[in-house]
Amino acid sequence: MNLNMIWFFLVGLLLVGYAVLDGFDLGVGILYPLAKTEEERNALLEAIGPVWNGNEVWLVAGGGALFAAFPNVYATLFSGFYLAFILMLVALIFRAVALEFRNKETWGWWRKLWDIVFVLGSAGSTFLFGVMVGNIILGLPIQANMDFQSAMFLNLFHPYAILVGLFILSLFALHGAMYLHLKTQTLLQERVKQWTRFWYSAFIGLYLLTTGALFVKQFSIIRHVQAHWWTWGIVIFLIIAILSIPFCLRQKKEVTALLASGGVITVTFFLFGMGLYPTLLPSRLDSTWNLTIYNAAASEKTLFIMLIVAAIGLPFVLAYTFGVYWVFRGKVYTEDKLL
Amino acid sequence: MDVVLLARLQFSFTILFHYLFPPLSIGLATLMVVMEAWYLRTGKPVYRAMTQFWSQIFAINFGLGVATGLVMEFQFGTNWAVYSRFVGDIFGSALAAEGIFAFFLESGFLAIVIFGWEKVSARLHLFATMMVAFGAIFSAFWITVANSWQQTPVAYHLVRHAGQIRAELTDYWAMIFNPSSMDRFSHVIVGSWILGAFFVMSICAFYLLQKKHLEFAKRGFIIAMIFAAVITPLQLFIGSHQAKTVTVYQPAKLAAFEGIYQTRSEVPMWAFGIPDDKSQSVRYGLPIPGMLSWLAKDNIHATLQGLESFNPDVRPPTFLPFESYHLMITIGLYCIFISWLGIFCWWQKKLFENRWLLWIFVLSVIGPYLANELGWIATETGRQPWLVYGLLRTSEGISPAVDSPSLIASLVIFSLLYLALFAVFIYSLNKKIQKGPQC
Repeated sequence: MNLNMIWFFLVGLLLVGYAVLDGFDLGVGILYPLAKTEEERNALLEAIGPVWNGNEVWLVAGGGALFAAFPNVYATLFSGFYLAFILMLVALIFRAVALEFRNKETWGWWRKLWDIVFVLGSAGSTFLFGVMVGNIILGLPIQANMDFQSAMFLNLFHPYAILVGLFILSLFALHGAMYLHLKTQTLLQERVKQWTRFWYSAFIGLYLLTTGALFVKQFSIIRHVQAHWWTWGIVIFLIIAILSIPFCLRQKKEVTALLASGGVITVTFFLFGMGLYPTLLPSRLDSTWNLTIYNAAASEKTLFIMLIVAAIGLPFVLAYTFGVYWVFRGKVYTEDKLL
Repeated sequence: MDVVLLARLQFSFTILFHYLFPPLSIGLATLMVVMEAWYLRTGKPVYRAMTQFWSQIFAINFGLGVATGLVMEFQFGTNWAVYSRFVGDIFGSALAAEGIFAFFLESGFLAIVIFGWEKVSARLHLFATMMVAFGAIFSAFWITVANSWQQTPVAYHLVRHAGQIRAELTDYWAMIFNPSSMDRFSHVIVGSWILGAFFVMSICAFYLLQKKHLEFAKRGFIIAMIFAAVITPLQLFIGSHQAKTVTVYQPAKLAAFEGIYQTRSEVPMWAFGIPDDKSQSVRYGLPIPGMLSWLAKDNIHATLQGLESFNPDVRPPTFLPFESYHLMITIGLYCIFISWLGIFCWWQKKLFENRWLLWIFVLSVIGPYLANELGWIATETGRQPWLVYGLLRTSEGISPAVDSPSLIASLVIFSLLYLALFAVFIYSLNKKIQKGPQC
């Protein structure tokens, strides 16, 4: 175990933390058009109201940690995905604005407008995120100087990358549905149950399709993952987690169901990380130009200092996150007769 | 179009827009601590209403700061890839420390400040307000340290890593307390405080003119005015101390600030003027003889380096640094004058009846907003042509993969986004001001 490996793990932890936390509120945004009445829409917004902001701080922390620990990845990735990444940020910002402003006025057109912005922002940022992940799996046009040959935008939308985008969309939607199960009751929960049926099947279909395509498009990732015997344990855990979701819902074990969908996200990203390790960004031009945890890393001294910073800071981050969720625990209030 | 120019335009546009928000966050949070401490001391409900009102405005402002800050967090990577590789070992660690320490502190305790009035004790609430103020200041600390290292780089060595030269850290504390960081940090904080004070005075004066919320407005105005009267002269001393640091570490920047073309003694400081590169002199100006020599080296006869002593390819531009620097100083002096004029009228018991003076205070908030921006324009353009002073040129730092169509597209996207954000900010602020405090 050296510092580079630790930081591979820590940056992964922050980004998975972001995906698990912001994943469900993005998912609520993807499910949002399914809400029929104003009461339903308000309940959905109320469910994520106090927490989404803190969830996005994880993205800022993850970005900062990536810059400090692997500056070459930070530079290559964001300059290479230039427009797609900026559009993702813009979508996230517009979404935040919509959440803040929708309920400031009662005019019909005003709420309609912000509803559209909220849905486009949620689905758009999730899809673009997935498309970028898909391109990392396919390999990137990284040259010897570590930069992309040219910034990608339209050529990002390779069929496989689009498939990954849709897969992440279904993953977050499912995760969002689990969160809504936890936060709602009675009639509204029944509605969420209907949505879950569709998204759960879509998720399983897309997961199988994406994994199947991976065998064809990028077998090296599969080879990496299956190189260790214990990865089979992880895969079995993943399958159990996925299959346990309907069971937990029937048993009204809503927290367990949310943990299961969060676990699916964590394990999926973990397998993705393992499939790449020790590479962070693979080059499709020449594998010697891959960015790895060694050639992309900061100096040992900086990695060590940042480890101390993380050791002091991360407990606060976790305490804060748990604190907010604890304060705002419980079901959101809706008048069932209105539904 | 030229990619370097476009990348610079985008960075300056996004950072100047972002910097509308953080100084007010710092200034308001600090005043909120004063108001709430006063509430605990006196028990008067008006101070509680005051803390609540300003914390709601703080929340709006903070939200916009976070949204525009998200763009900044990644823009070094998107647009300045070579720079990010070169300084990531140093700059990245300061930025990450800001993300991990300051942001969570600020946003975590802000939830208590806004929603926690009934849920936590009064003392704990004051503690939360103090933590929000501390978080805002701490955040400014890290990012100012990171910028200062670019201005006065120390505690690094150049190393070849994975085929590329980069700066690696040799001494963490020496990097943090680099020669210009404490000067710049205190200048930034006091500049933010001044904005906070003038912002509070502006809205209170507006209420006084409208004859609304009088108790709230009078007391709030006095707190902010006394604060402003103390810190505006303080800024003058901090600023002049910073000029001394610039003289030692970035002499070319000082020469650009003051239009010193020829190396000479008894250098004047200009009250105003226009630097003219063609005639190598400042035109249409009013010089104060020997003043700059005295400020920079405590001796009116001291010699200062002129631009002629630097190679043409390492000379900063003159017009923008000179004008923004002088306008900033003029606004700073105006802030001192107007604060003390207010104090004088208050002492004469004529302050709240004096409608034209109140109108001046309503409008004066534009001054510190401008001065905060101008200070950064001066120091950043004065650093040119360097991105990292003496080590990396701005033209060398951009992302090679990003072409000009992409840059134009992103500039258009950011312009639209920020136009929308600005509308949202004005809308929310107006709504809050119209609604007024709850007391």
